[in-house]
Amino acid sequence: MSAHKMHVDSYERNWMIFSAVLLVVFATAVSVAAFGMGIQVPAPEQRVDPRTVATDPNSPWSNPGLREIAPGKYDAYILARAVPLWEYLPKELTVPAGSSVTFYVTSPDVQHGFKIQDTNANFMVLPGQVSKLTVKFDKAGTYNFICTEFCGAGHGIMYGAITVTP
Amino acid sequence: MNQYQVSAAEKKFIGSHILVAILALAVGSLFGPLQAFEHAGWDFYTYLKPWIKSYYQGLTVHGVLNALVWTTFFIMGFLTFNVIFGLKRPLKNPTLNKVGFWMMVVGVLAAAIPILANQATVLFTFYPPLKANWAFYVGLTLVVVGSWVEGWGLFMTYADWRKENKSERTPFVAFGSLVTILLWQICTLGVAVEILTMLLPWSLGLIEGVDPQLARTYFWFTGHPLVYFWLLPAYISWYAMLPKQAGNGKMFSDSLARLAFWIFLVLSTPLGFHHQYVDPGVPPAWKFIHSLLTFGVFFPSMMTAFTVIASLEHAGRKQGGKGIFGWIGKLKWSDPSVTSQLLAGILFFFGGIGGLANASYNVNLVLHNTAFIPGHFHLTVATAVTLSFIGISYWLVPYLTGRKLWQPAWARIQAWVWFVGMIIFSNSMHVLGLLGAPRRVPLGLAPYVPAEWNSRLFQVGLGGAILFVSGIMYLAVMYKTATNKERVESEVIVPIAEAMQDPAKSPVWLDRWAPWIYGTLALIVIVYGPQLVEQIANIALTSPGFRVW
Repeated sequence: MSAHKMHVDSYERNWMIFSAVLLVVFATAVSVAAFGMGIQVPAPEQRVDPRTVATDPNSPWSNPGLREIAPGKYDAYILARAVPLWEYLPKELTVPAGSSVTFYVTSPDVQHGFKIQDTNANFMVLPGQVSKLTVKFDKAGTYNFICTEFCGAGHGIMYGAITVTP
Repeated sequence: MNQYQVSAAEKKFIGSHILVAILALAVGSLFGPLQAFEHAGWDFYTYLKPWIKSYYQGLTVHGVLNALVWTTFFIMGFLTFNVIFGLKRPLKNPTLNKVGFWMMVVGVLAAAIPILANQATVLFTFYPPLKANWAFYVGLTLVVVGSWVEGWGLFMTYADWRKENKSERTPFVAFGSLVTILLWQICTLGVAVEILTMLLPWSLGLIEGVDPQLARTYFWFTGHPLVYFWLLPAYISWYAMLPKQAGNGKMFSDSLARLAFWIFLVLSTPLGFHHQYVDPGVPPAWKFIHSLLTFGVFFPSMMTAFTVIASLEHAGRKQGGKGIFGWIGKLKWSDPSVTSQLLAGILFFFGGIGGLANASYNVNLVLHNTAFIPGHFHLTVATAVTLSFIGISYWLVPYLTGRKLWQPAWARIQAWVWFVGMIIFSNSMHVLGLLGAPRRVPLGLAPYVPAEWNSRLFQVGLGGAILFVSGIMYLAVMYKTATNKERVESEVIVPIAEAMQDPAKSPVWLDRWAPWIYGTLALIVIVYGPQLVEQIANIALTSPGFRVW
């Protein structure tokens, strides 16, 4: 085994301790935000067959749109697609302020993104997977949702909007 | 002259790597400013239509050539030099290394053809089910396998050295290079499996569909350690060469530098899920574990910051620098190689801070796939790495060719111009990302761009223009150097900073490979294994390919 001990300068030792403490502080802040304040990331929801998800009459995405499941609570089934055109179905949603909307988004073709501006909602949309996230809209206004993953020639024009009425 | 003599044939071989790298940078960097100009509303793609069909084709050329080809070739050339020079022995089997190099060259050409024919406009992440021409995947495979073969040649050279030098410490530049190559061999298994088991057979029509989620998991197994494959060669130069160049300084801590490299090896692969925080098919618990390991890999970068700055301070004080900051001005800023690397290091500081934000599990929700991300990696790979490689080339090319560096003043200004251009470009990209601007979008045309983004979009174009000038200056300096009639009087002295403590006194466990390799593999199995098994067990090859560009 080692005949030599590692030489560590005292300044450097202090720096390493400082670095470690700093990283622990950051990790703690992130953990508190995640588990204390509930700022969570998407979790596996459901697998679907991208070849039939938009057409199978039993699939909610064959008739995408907003469903009110309880007063002020909505499920939004959204299809993000590149074929025949780069668009979200539906492109526009309207809910009253104070609503809580759970998004279920999938793709029948390529990968897309789904980012609702001015909120923490931002996730990947993959064919074969369902991305789910709940967003509470307290303030009235228009919130664009935009595609954040390259999905072909029309990627830059792919967006939609949620109107939150007072 | 008593430095180790690298043979003329080996210099030529190393130089071939650098040549391909710079050619790739030349073409790839032409397209960089075009994206930036587009953002500012100056769309040159309209005029390029006969050759380049779209913004995205240009972006693919830029990403593949700059992020993959320029880096990989420069790195393999530089590391080959480090192993030969550091161990003071020729390559054990030069033919094997040549085979690897030519595989890489053929691979680049094979991938270039479909890219230029607009048959592979899939960007450098090539996420399926966007489906490129099969030649693109074959090309990528050849580049990766070629780099493996070159790596094996270097390992064999090292094994021979070790047999003859049983109790010696591996010289640092060779040590760091071998760790980098080992990291690369382990992490590229991800894309290798992705391409060989899914993308290639699919593009050839042998299988109907792919599993996009599993493909992303394979891709990011490689995608993040790739960052360290880029970065570690720059670190080798910062640790063990730059202090010497900057004022005859010594490396502050040899053993901690070695420890930092081992930690990079162990930690850089099992954290790929931090690129997939918002993927639907990966459980949050695994994302969270990977986020903690991502913070962990920040630790050796902090160690590096300390040792490199302390070594530079040593150099500056040797040159008569006094006071807390007085040593900085005494560093040899007149040497373009020093200037480039110091400026690269300064911007890397900000790249590191941005990287911590990206790594932060839920903070990433506001950053994921926004312009913040390319803003970030233009500070890291496009400055910390690229500007350092440019700095290395300012002594390496004269060393390899025996020709004098043409107009060192130009070279020095080139580095400053890059620095200024990148500050403007990268800062505005970061801000745009925070405002919600997506990445990979021709924002000059996007219908949802609010007026408040416009001043920042203009700055993106301005920064791109300045970077373009710097790129042209670099290519001019390299071209004029390679064809310079003025030769160096005697061989360029390779800058190697001695360590302050004799490396022979560093602990033996820092020079043992097996425990670190087992540790690396064990951590990968623990942190990636369960998800890989689950995703592979539930594989659904249901996504047919699309060509929608």
